[in-house]
Amino acid sequence: MAEKTRRVVEHPILPAQPDQKKVTIYYNGQPLEAVEGEPIAAALMNAGIRAFRKTVKLHEPRGIFCAIGRCTDCMMTVDGHPNTRTCVTYVKDGMKVESQDGYGKNEVVVK
Amino acid sequence: MENKGVVYTGCPSPEELANAPGVPSAARLAKGPVAVIECVQHIPCNPCEAACPFGAITVGDSITNLPVLDVEKCTGCGTCVAACPGLAIFTVDMNYSETEAGVEFPYEYLPLPEKGMVVDAVNRCGEVVCKGTVVRVRSAANFVNTRVVKLAVPKQFANEVRSMKRLPRA
Amino acid sequence: MKQINTDIAIVGAGSAGLCAAIQAANTGAKVMVFDENHKAGGQLFKQIHKFFGSREHRAGTRGFLIGEQLLQEVENCGAEVHLNSVAYGIFDGNTLGIVEGEPHHETHYAVKAKKIILAGGAKENYMAFPGSTLPGVMGAGAAQTMINVNRVLPGEKIIMVGSGNVGLIVSYQLMQAGADVLAIVEGAPKIGGYGVHAGKIRRAGVPILVSHTILKAYGENEVEGAIIAQLDDHWNPIPGSEQDVKCDTICLAVGLNPMTELAYMAGCQMAFIPALGGHVPMHDEHMETTVPGVYVAGDITGVEEASTAMEEGNLAGLSAACALGYIDEAAAKEKEAAFLNRMAMLRSGEFGERRRTAKAEQVAAFHNYQKGIGVKDGE
Repeated sequence: MAEKTRRVVEHPILPAQPDQKKVTIYYNGQPLEAVEGEPIAAALMNAGIRAFRKTVKLHEPRGIFCAIGRCTDCMMTVDGHPNTRTCVTYVKDGMKVESQDGYGKNEVVVK
Repeated sequence: MENKGVVYTGCPSPEELANAPGVPSAARLAKGPVAVIECVQHIPCNPCEAACPFGAITVGDSITNLPVLDVEKCTGCGTCVAACPGLAIFTVDMNYSETEAGVEFPYEYLPLPEKGMVVDAVNRCGEVVCKGTVVRVRSAANFVNTRVVKLAVPKQFANEVRSMKRLPRA
Repeated sequence: MKQINTDIAIVGAGSAGLCAAIQAANTGAKVMVFDENHKAGGQLFKQIHKFFGSREHRAGTRGFLIGEQLLQEVENCGAEVHLNSVAYGIFDGNTLGIVEGEPHHETHYAVKAKKIILAGGAKENYMAFPGSTLPGVMGAGAAQTMINVNRVLPGEKIIMVGSGNVGLIVSYQLMQAGADVLAIVEGAPKIGGYGVHAGKIRRAGVPILVSHTILKAYGENEVEGAIIAQLDDHWNPIPGSEQDVKCDTICLAVGLNPMTELAYMAGCQMAFIPALGGHVPMHDEHMETTVPGVYVAGDITGVEEASTAMEEGNLAGLSAACALGYIDEAAAKEKEAAFLNRMAMLRSGEFGERRRTAKAEQVAAFHNYQKGIGVKDGE
């Protein structure tokens, strides 16, 4: 699999990041390789996915805007929880990430 | 287009450079290696002062003063080039060879140039003005990953060349 | 609900909050710091350039390395840092509501503090234009987070809107990360940030288009290009000057605004000062707001730089500890004078003037409020 990577591996200033553990997440059912500890949004961007959700009324695409958990433009349904901010939610092996149309639907029974 | 000054173009104009107390005169340049401090705005910053091993740079108590270069003390060693947070200090050696001048500038991109490479030398506005030969690429722990690249360029471009065109990524 | 008591509670573990914690805890005060992120350091870890200022301001050191230094100092000082901890509310002027833990596995508790320091920072401004909601349009700070912290390029062909220091620095850092910056677009006739930052961009061959704006972004499902145009003296686009630029990313560096929610909730009186980013809490010379015992520091009290945020944090932390008797007034005065002097240095010169005047206005607003000047009925 020689997919294009957008990762900043070599950097003139920042240190190299050797020994990063890879995990697999599922984007709309498709397996994607991610780096353990990175936000979901970073894994998606690396794969070239930038439209994360669709708006409630006009169903327009939205993606990352602030990347610090403030603007909520990057919300997706993660392991059944809708409206999860993917820029500040970190990948875990086997995580299911789904694009969300509108408000999304809670698929998790809250005890 | 006429350069009305750094706030309009991002490139200091000839007048601004001529008035900067860190820019040596043509007479001093002719004598050999010297720092050229192209700092023309009163920003709060003074690491260059402490960086100079010869005490040739003075900012003073008010850290928004422009750095003043003592051209007699300056040896053109280039320590300040890597220390300037604004990447605004260069060195020029008009006596590098019969036909060429040496120009040193800070460089923080990858890939790094290597000694012997012929590269596109650019001016303050990023325009290619001539070819230059990489003479040296310096790095040191206290440079914290800023490299100092020295190019040999034809003498007539010594006061124009201030960087090189970035090399393509693999 | 569980309640924890502490001397000083700090909201935000960025440059201001960490410095406040270090100053206060070093006097012996019991200090707790709360931050919603999974790592402390705030924006410092995104800042890979060498800081300006003087040696006392840690000038010449790259921001992320200053972040490492602060994390070490905070660990040594004995302050308790709670990460993944959202301070969602402030009650009775002295109690914080905290939700701590991984999403969907949080615990909930209250923290009653003798003094509270709000240091929550700021968020990026948005600029509306047709197509500005397309994926690929993002804050410059967001792009900076993606490349320098998450180490992923948000795009490869980038237009930067805004030529303040953020726009200039992030443009440079995007190129360091391997992207191409096609142009910086600036509405004003002059470049907003430092000439030296602009100089780096120009030497790299990037045009800085002053008196230009972005008319629209276009693309099917994400950004595929933008139309930019020149502006006349009245900031109106000049017909015929439109250029179509094929790009995949548009970064907005059009300022920030303070995250003042907790200050409002605490009942702090606010002053509207555009030079500081909008509504900011009034405070006195010791960073204390109009609500006794509630202090502010950093971008929440006016958008500046990390260097000034650190000094404001130092001052707030020291003042809070002094008010609790952990350091005698003479010793506090001496330290305070050093912080104030360093802060004044950062606000000196042509670029500091606007902030210098604005900060003076903010402190004056505090004193006027205390004297009842300019206060309307019912307020």
